Amino acid sequence: MTAALEVRGLKTHFFTRSGAVKAVDGVDLTIERGRVLGLVGESGSGKSVTGLSILGLIDHPGRIVEGSVKLDGQELVGLDRDAARRVRGRRIAMIFQDPMMTLNPVLRVGTQMSMALRAHETVSNDTARERSVRALSRVGLPTPEQCLAAYPHQLSGGMRQRVAIAIALLHSPSVIVADEPTTALDVSIQGQILQEMQRLGAETGVALVWITHDLAVVSSLAHDIAVMYAGRIVEHGPTADVLAQPRHPYTRGLLDSVPGEAKPGEKLAQIPGSIPALIDLPPGCAFRARCSRASGACEAMPEIAEIGGRLARCFHPLEAA
Amino acid sequence: MRRDASPFIRFWIEFAENRLALAALGVVILVVGAAILAPLFTPQDPYDIGKLVLGDARRPPGHVGSGGYVHLLGTDAQGRDLWSAILYGLRISIQIGITAGAVAFIVGGSLGTIAAFAGGRTEALIMRFIDLQLSFPAILLALVISAILGQGKWQLTIALVASQYAYFARTAHGAAVAERAKEYIEAALSTPLSSRVVVFRHILPNCMPPLIVVATVQIANAISLEATLSFLGLGLPVTHPSLGTLISNGFQYMLSGRYWISIYPGIALIVLILAVNLVGDQIRDQLNPRLQR
Amino acid sequence: MSAPLLELDAVSRRFSRRISLGDRIAAKLGATVEMREVRAVESVSLSVMKGETLGLVGESGCGKSTLGRIAAGILAPSAGTARLDGKPVMSETGRREKLTTRVQTVFQDPFASLNPRKRIGEAIAEGPLAHGLIDRAGSRAYVAEQLSRVGLDPSYSSRFPHQFSGGQRQRIAIARALAMKPDLLICDEPVASLDVSIQAQVLNLFLDLRRALNLTAIFISHDLGVVRHLSDRVAIMYLGRIVEIGPASEIYAAPKHPYTQALLASVPRLNRHREGRTAFKPIAGELPSPLSPPPGCHFHPRCGFATERCRSEPPQLRPLGPERWAACHLAE
Repeated sequence: MTAALEVRGLKTHFFTRSGAVKAVDGVDLTIERGRVLGLVGESGSGKSVTGLSILGLIDHPGRIVEGSVKLDGQELVGLDRDAARRVRGRRIAMIFQDPMMTLNPVLRVGTQMSMALRAHETVSNDTARERSVRALSRVGLPTPEQCLAAYPHQLSGGMRQRVAIAIALLHSPSVIVADEPTTALDVSIQGQILQEMQRLGAETGVALVWITHDLAVVSSLAHDIAVMYAGRIVEHGPTADVLAQPRHPYTRGLLDSVPGEAKPGEKLAQIPGSIPALIDLPPGCAFRARCSRASGACEAMPEIAEIGGRLARCFHPLEAA
Repeated sequence: MRRDASPFIRFWIEFAENRLALAALGVVILVVGAAILAPLFTPQDPYDIGKLVLGDARRPPGHVGSGGYVHLLGTDAQGRDLWSAILYGLRISIQIGITAGAVAFIVGGSLGTIAAFAGGRTEALIMRFIDLQLSFPAILLALVISAILGQGKWQLTIALVASQYAYFARTAHGAAVAERAKEYIEAALSTPLSSRVVVFRHILPNCMPPLIVVATVQIANAISLEATLSFLGLGLPVTHPSLGTLISNGFQYMLSGRYWISIYPGIALIVLILAVNLVGDQIRDQLNPRLQR
Repeated sequence: MSAPLLELDAVSRRFSRRISLGDRIAAKLGATVEMREVRAVESVSLSVMKGETLGLVGESGCGKSTLGRIAAGILAPSAGTARLDGKPVMSETGRREKLTTRVQTVFQDPFASLNPRKRIGEAIAEGPLAHGLIDRAGSRAYVAEQLSRVGLDPSYSSRFPHQFSGGQRQRIAIARALAMKPDLLICDEPVASLDVSIQAQVLNLFLDLRRALNLTAIFISHDLGVVRHLSDRVAIMYLGRIVEIGPASEIYAAPKHPYTQALLASVPRLNRHREGRTAFKPIAGELPSPLSPPPGCHFHPRCGFATERCRSEPPQLRPLGPERWAACHLAE
């Protein structure tokens, strides 16, 4: 069976006046139907650009320089505009941190939903309305009819995000890429959305790429976790394995940085230094300047390799505890 | 580009990348320099009525007059050497334009910033008055004021300031309202620093970018407004001609073929205003956050 | 920990929409003009002991930032007073100016809280110079001392804010606040905009400085994990009121108020020693608009235990054990 989404050797670079920014520099991902992949990283790790590249939403001065993105076996990289438009929104959809990225502030929700439907199908007004109502109630909006008549600004942040999810689900896509969809929401609303997404994933069989900086969010949601650093995946494996026994020092450092595990008032185990700029990144492991295990060998780029049931990109991986 | 360079240096490096703007800046500097140093480049002091020879009046370019030197651009109806008159005229025009622009900048910028900081009734009072004034054409206001005050450099400057400060105030107010809401102002107030320090040392410097853009436009406007008023006979007297006065004086001879009396001062005016506006455009593009890379 | 350093005595803060001239005329003509008023903070009393860190937690619109700004002397309360060592933080009448330099604030967004046109050395020295804590001659050395205390190279003092990363900027903001030699530091979501690895560095810096300077602090955050890590005591806010307050360890172990319980349950936990995925247990319902909060207990529409009494009578904070208070009719 072909995977819902298969990304191989994806490289997306941005060509600026000061040089090429290698935002994504060789990313491999595979997601099966009905599974959730948590793509975790800090700012500048390239996680969002990876998401946009999968959808083919990279604008000048950025460009996918290499690699392939296969949706149900169909290559997306190199599709012409029209072909790409036929795929986007129908077979693969995106949810953004700010739902207003996809919602038009001057149109009613109902109008936007039927426009989204008609972009790929010919449907009557009644069918469009009926399907919109069904989509809205599926994402847990209690009064879908009222919601259809509302303008986006009349809805709360959580409701807007639900509408964005409903639109993403309209055509029953194979894959949804969600970029920090709960980051701007309050804790209690975030919990509701996460619960909804967990249910929807199981119900519809959609493959979900959940991009986030928050390890706690994906720890309960994702089947697999991929940790990104400076444009590359450094560790990739089943959530429970990665969280319980991280093998890459960066994953370990990230986990230890989260307060809540440590004893209150004690110092947190911090990662020294700062996130490197992606312009003129020196060759070798990008994490080595901040890594306590780094050696001379790290001046070459380690390959990602299987260790302890997951993949890690490190010459000196942590031992199993 | 050095990252630790001051904002001004970085601004300059980016400015220099636009060749057209750089050339325009060169023209501005050249014209302003020539105007300031006018006595060094001119054969005649056009304001010294005693030296004017009526026999030399309305001579075409290239004529050798009674002074024994070539009138490069010809002479006007009073026998003035036009080259000299244009440089001296530029001097007055630039002087009035910059003085009026600077005073309007300070008055308008302060008023707008203070209004934004004070809020409430003070803000409403100041800004509604300024809105009222802006609903009135600037040229009309300048006309009325200079008609009341009479001819002369200072009267003209006052008229220009009065009709232009409102643009600065409006711009400063808009920028200051945005800055006022930022956290660094809250931080300054919570230190606490005095209102005076917060307004003039924190808010105003951060309102500079749009104000500088307005300033370049308004200095060009002040120069053309001055020329307009002088052309209409309300600006400077014939004895101290500015560019507007020169154009006005030559106008009646246009149809009789003595085009140079109006045309050359006109060209000088156009070149100056165009150059100032080109420089202003580049500054605006650089300061516009939407176009920033 | 003996005398309270900061006392908030029944402080309230209302924000009302500015009434325009048009509305006033309409009201004169007999039209009903909607008076929109947000009660951001409703009669909150609170004290902070010397040397302790109080965590202030809540979701958006709960009034935690407003309460922090009242304590910091940035906003004047509409009613009630904030007192530092018994003296009011802001003047009670007239222009409501801040009277003390002993409370300083670290803000959320280090990209907005530093003046982009001031070199950081000037930014740090400005307050102490204005208040005579240092003189011009000594300012260089003073700035160097402040910078090295927050782990930055003193030679950075002539740089501009845009040359620093978010974490470094937050260090600068902390240095600027500490340069005023405050007794009380208000931290308003200081790590919310930072990456996890940088957040840990800033939290560690805060722990070090607190110990070294014996600081008293109010730490405002929506992140329950961060607050748990730093705070001695925690106050939970919901729509302008404190619903529960008590020692951090006890509140996290055994929350008494249904909102606190639900909030703690809905936070995604990073449980590193658990097998696989877990179900989420979120609080049902939307956050009500602070423009028209529900009557009685503000939480009752989302509360599984609400009774008739909760719908009409607002519960007061009442003691439920040593140092523990909750505003719930049913909690015990």
